[in-house]
Amino acid sequence: MSNVLVFAEHLHKKFSKNALVAVGAGQAIAAQSGGECYAAVFGAGIEDLAKELSEYGVKTVFAVEHATLEHYAPDAHAQALSALAEDKGCDIVVGTASSIGKDLLPRVAVRLGAGMASDITAANDDGTLERPTYAGNAMATISIETPRKVISVRATAFEPATKSSAGTVEKVDAKIDEAALKTKFVSFDETKSDRPSLTEARRVVSGGRGLKNGENFKTVLEPLVDALGAAMGASRAAVDAGFVPNDLQIGQTGKVVAPELYIAVGISGAIQHLAGMKDSKVIVAINKDEEAPIFQVSDYGLVADLFKAVPEMKEAVEKLK
Amino acid sequence: MKILVAVKRVPDPNATIKVRPDGTGIVTDNLKYVVNPFCEIAIEEALRIKENHGGAEVVLVSVGEQVCQEQLRTGLAMGADRAILVLQDGDVEPVIVARALAKLVEQEQPDIVMLGKQAIDDDSNVVGQMLAEMLGWGQGTFASEVKLSEDKSSAVVTREVDGGLEDVEMPLPAIITADLRLNEPRYASLPGIMKARKKELKEIPLGDLGIDQSVQVKVHKLSPPPERQAGKKVETVQELVDLLHTEAKVI
Ligand SMILES: Cc1cc2nc3c(=O)[nH]c(=O)nc-3n(C[C@H](O)[C@H](O)[C@H](O)COP(=O)(O)OP(=O)(O)OC[C@H]3O[C@@H](n4cnc5c(N)ncnc54)[C@H](O)[C@@H]3O)c2cc1C
Ligand SMILES: Nc1ncnc2c1ncn2[C@@H]1O[C@H](COP(=O)(O)O)[C@@H](O)[C@H]1O
Repeated sequence: MSNVLVFAEHLHKKFSKNALVAVGAGQAIAAQSGGECYAAVFGAGIEDLAKELSEYGVKTVFAVEHATLEHYAPDAHAQALSALAEDKGCDIVVGTASSIGKDLLPRVAVRLGAGMASDITAANDDGTLERPTYAGNAMATISIETPRKVISVRATAFEPATKSSAGTVEKVDAKIDEAALKTKFVSFDETKSDRPSLTEARRVVSGGRGLKNGENFKTVLEPLVDALGAAMGASRAAVDAGFVPNDLQIGQTGKVVAPELYIAVGISGAIQHLAGMKDSKVIVAINKDEEAPIFQVSDYGLVADLFKAVPEMKEAVEKLK
Repeated sequence: MKILVAVKRVPDPNATIKVRPDGTGIVTDNLKYVVNPFCEIAIEEALRIKENHGGAEVVLVSVGEQVCQEQLRTGLAMGADRAILVLQDGDVEPVIVARALAKLVEQEQPDIVMLGKQAIDDDSNVVGQMLAEMLGWGQGTFASEVKLSEDKSSAVVTREVDGGLEDVEMPLPAIITADLRLNEPRYASLPGIMKARKKELKEIPLGDLGIDQSVQVKVHKLSPPPERQAGKKVETVQELVDLLHTEAKVI
């Protein structure tokens, strides 16, 4: 009978899918533990945001206000989240394995003396959890043995919460020892894009080293991305070479995506890349090397020169409309 | 100035990993082991700080079996000054690694602890953050750039985060975890390898550190991931688009 507290992250006072997935996963875990599911929103002036979340079937959303919580910073958030979990009697803390969740939750686990499971893909009825290891080459079945538990969930593996019964909103003054804060937010250089975000898009088109340079991403790949209304992703090689920004990297050590349609263009299909996209519903590969490993996981493979095939595909897609 | 670098021994990222039929682990026959790629980047960054900031001692730490010596020697050959191997048989769970590191930090009093952002075997991405909390230090995780202040009293770390790059600032001592774009690690030179043989490599049994070793997270079994079947090859772009439209119904 453990209660669950979900950490609902937001950016510029907007929830991304990450927050709703965390709530969805928190509800599933609470159902198994026989406890209630609560959620917490942190920031300055976030009461409306908390109200919005309260419609998603959680018992209470705690609106945790404090000037030091205006920007995400790990030490302040860890203090506030662990204090809240203790005050409200929540033995299980759940968040998404996003860059914020990964940064924050291990600190919360230490503060609570809780065992930590990261990036889980399933919560089984017997209380065990599943998580991928070795770049997705092995699935581990694990259990947290401590009474308190901290869990980060893989966003592609759980259903986002949907609007259902309305819960209450409770304003909470965060407990923060400001003298103990060390990590200070300085600035955020945000990658601006009009495209859907990678982790939320129904379609993703990714480019690899085969694109050869950043210019080709713009002139060859992006027209297809936009014709499909897709998000754009990339392999590590393309990011390392500076063709595209780092937050487009998909894979073991980048973002994990599972859209309805994933198109890999000029990507060989290294295991580290597959780890980030092989749960996509339909996978398409365009590569001039018929031996490329990406074809082993593709539903549709086209052996072709991408510089010819991609513009053709853009035309063909536009004709469908 | 002193920099402690946490180094994990992991299977070569290019090796094919297979789960043992009995689910007790992975098949390790003929498996090559290396320094965790993120730890290699962490070592490189420590060496660069040493070179660019008028000297520093770079101390490597690994927690694991006797064979982890190999990876520590690799780091010493890259240029680290000395190494500590905390000996323990079998897998050591992340929180216990973090506790062991916290104990060594108490003894060594470093100004920076560098770690990899993630070990590519367990893919946990937790040890650096746990250690920061245990010590009450600031943290700059997923670092793609590290700038120390002139007087070496603080650091600004650029972090690779969802949606862009974030800068955070913290006083030293601090925890920094390395992401892929932080640097290109150097190779060990032949003279480096020769010198490494003579560098200090101290061994301490984990039990001697006096930390709580009770299990927090238990691994019951490993299973192979669901296999994905290769589908069909198409001949033309038109055929591809038609199939995506009529068969897969995704466009
Ligand atoms: C610790 C670690 C972490 C990593 N994490 C990640 C990660 O998160 N994500 C990731 O993606 N990788 C990751 N990698 C790197 C991974 O191992 C591969 O090196 C990388 O994915 C390769 O990128 P690529 O497929 O674009 O390049 P390559 O492997 O060089 O492949 C390029 C492909 O383009 C094709 N091509 C070239 N020209 C054309 C053309 N004109 N038309 C059609 N096809 C063409 C080639 O046939 C080839 O298959 C990681 C590696 C390590 C060691
Ligand atoms: N057994 C270990 N010995 C030394 N360092 C480790 C060990 N395990 C993890 N680390 C450090 O912690 C980082 C993150 O590991 P993890 O949290 O397990 O993904 C690694 O890149 C190492 O720097």
